[in-house]
Amino acid sequence: MADTLLKIDGLTKRFGGVLASDNVVLDVTAGELHAIIGPNGAGKTTLIGQLSGEIAPDSGRVHFDGRDITALPVYTRSALGLARSFQITSLFLDFTALDNVALAVQAHAGHSFHFWQDARDESALREPARAALARAGLSARENEIVANMSHGEHRQLELAMALATKPRMLLLDEPMAGLGPEESARMVQTLRELKRELTILLIEHDMEAVFALADRISVLVYGRVIASGAPDAIRANAEVRQAYLGEQEAVTHV
Amino acid sequence: MKLRVTPRNVFVVALLAMLVLLPVYSSVTGNTFMVTLFTRIIILAIAAVSLNLIMGFGGMVSFGHAAYLGIGGYVVGILAKEGISSGFIQWPLALVISGLFALGVGALSLRTRGVYFIMITLAFAQMVYYVANGLDRYGGDDGLTIQRRSDFGGLIDLSNRTVFYYLCLALLLATVYLVWRLINSRFGLVIQGARSNERRMRAIGFPTFRYKLTCFVIAGVLCGLAGVLLANHTNFISPALMHWTRSGDLIVMAVLGGMGTVIGPVIGAVALLVLEETLPHMIGFVSRVVTGQEVAAAKEYWQLILGPMLLLIVIYARGGIEGLISGRRRG
Repeated sequence: MADTLLKIDGLTKRFGGVLASDNVVLDVTAGELHAIIGPNGAGKTTLIGQLSGEIAPDSGRVHFDGRDITALPVYTRSALGLARSFQITSLFLDFTALDNVALAVQAHAGHSFHFWQDARDESALREPARAALARAGLSARENEIVANMSHGEHRQLELAMALATKPRMLLLDEPMAGLGPEESARMVQTLRELKRELTILLIEHDMEAVFALADRISVLVYGRVIASGAPDAIRANAEVRQAYLGEQEAVTHV
Repeated sequence: MKLRVTPRNVFVVALLAMLVLLPVYSSVTGNTFMVTLFTRIIILAIAAVSLNLIMGFGGMVSFGHAAYLGIGGYVVGILAKEGISSGFIQWPLALVISGLFALGVGALSLRTRGVYFIMITLAFAQMVYYVANGLDRYGGDDGLTIQRRSDFGGLIDLSNRTVFYYLCLALLLATVYLVWRLINSRFGLVIQGARSNERRMRAIGFPTFRYKLTCFVIAGVLCGLAGVLLANHTNFISPALMHWTRSGDLIVMAVLGGMGTVIGPVIGAVALLVLEETLPHMIGFVSRVVTGQEVAAAKEYWQLILGPMLLLIVIYARGGIEGLISGRRRG
């Protein structure tokens, strides 16, 4: 369990005058659920973007399973087993739910230069996709066009797609964003099951969910990791309380 | 696959039956003009179906698709002029050159999107257009008459009007079937996924560029084939083959017929070209009834009727004519 799966070493990213990532150093151990919290604008999504390969860092390295992936394109990282979900739902809206997940399966089932056979008849693609939908609790909705599904279902579908790529590690960008209490509870339950088999890096605003799920928590403020440790240690950390938890308390008491 | 009886399927089968029986009607009535007109329609339908593969299914709006009509046509014309009229040489060479050209255009243009993509494809098409204009040996802007249609030995005689018509129809049906298989294959789903959400496609592990480029080349080759047929049909090539307004016509055919299905552009090609042919006559007739005399100038204004019709289709029937018939709306 002590193996480091994802090693972030000195990542720095500057957008004009804004330092979105300031020498971020972070290790994610294989098998853990590592949460990253921080106020809005702390650079959480920018960090995920650099890990998934959509944003190139100005400096620093990212290692995944001992391999330097800093310069690899998005699709290669996905092939290595690093899957991400999006904060703002990013799906194939004009496809059915099953088609969405089947595409994710297809992405990891060899190349797609197959021009003749009907891909919707291929059980090698459809069966794993159905299984992933079932895990996300969407079996009954597999033939629904995604544009007609609810926001909560979209979040579940996001997860199903990330799962369908058979990842070793999930990068989850605010999976609870915009969910009602009931949907949130279901998502927490799903994540709890997932963390038994997968390493997860979770970005989340829902503190209740984070403290319920995380093995370790890192706190990001102004692009810098100001603390990293077990949930209890983070809760007790004075700097964190001042920079983040306190600030949120102040907001909620207004 | 079972064919259900829906208004849309009835329409498609009726259209197909009409296309198959047209030469029979023509030989009974002696009206050869119909065969000539519909040969042209069928050839441009092949071009429109190929455009729709990248535009409707791949979301790549190419505004230079007529370039492949020109390339296909000029390969036939130039070889014929140089004394090589064998179709076994002309046709494969035309398809290969169309494919190579698409490879070059695609490799550059597919790195951009939106209006830049449109502009780059247009720019390449204009380049080919002006190159053709400068080919003095091959007629320059006057064009070049092809003395002999492609020669396939004793295999098939292209100079027979009916034979040529059926060859074009068979190639159209083959193209439609090919594209239909293609869009439902793994490859086709990747192409449509990239149209729907390219960023997500990359995130789940697809190197989208190489698939889009392959699709772009396939469409180029299919349209090159249409160019080969068009040159054989008219026995003539000129830069007008690939004028940018021709690329616009192909887009209109796809949009008018419906971009959501493979058969849509075929319907669009038939509708547009039949309207182009009949609207002037209708206007002439109406103006004669209204004014009591021939008003030749009125016929020039047929596009005034066509324009609003296109507008209505685009605004009220996003799935085009095909979508209208099948009661399905898109977008």
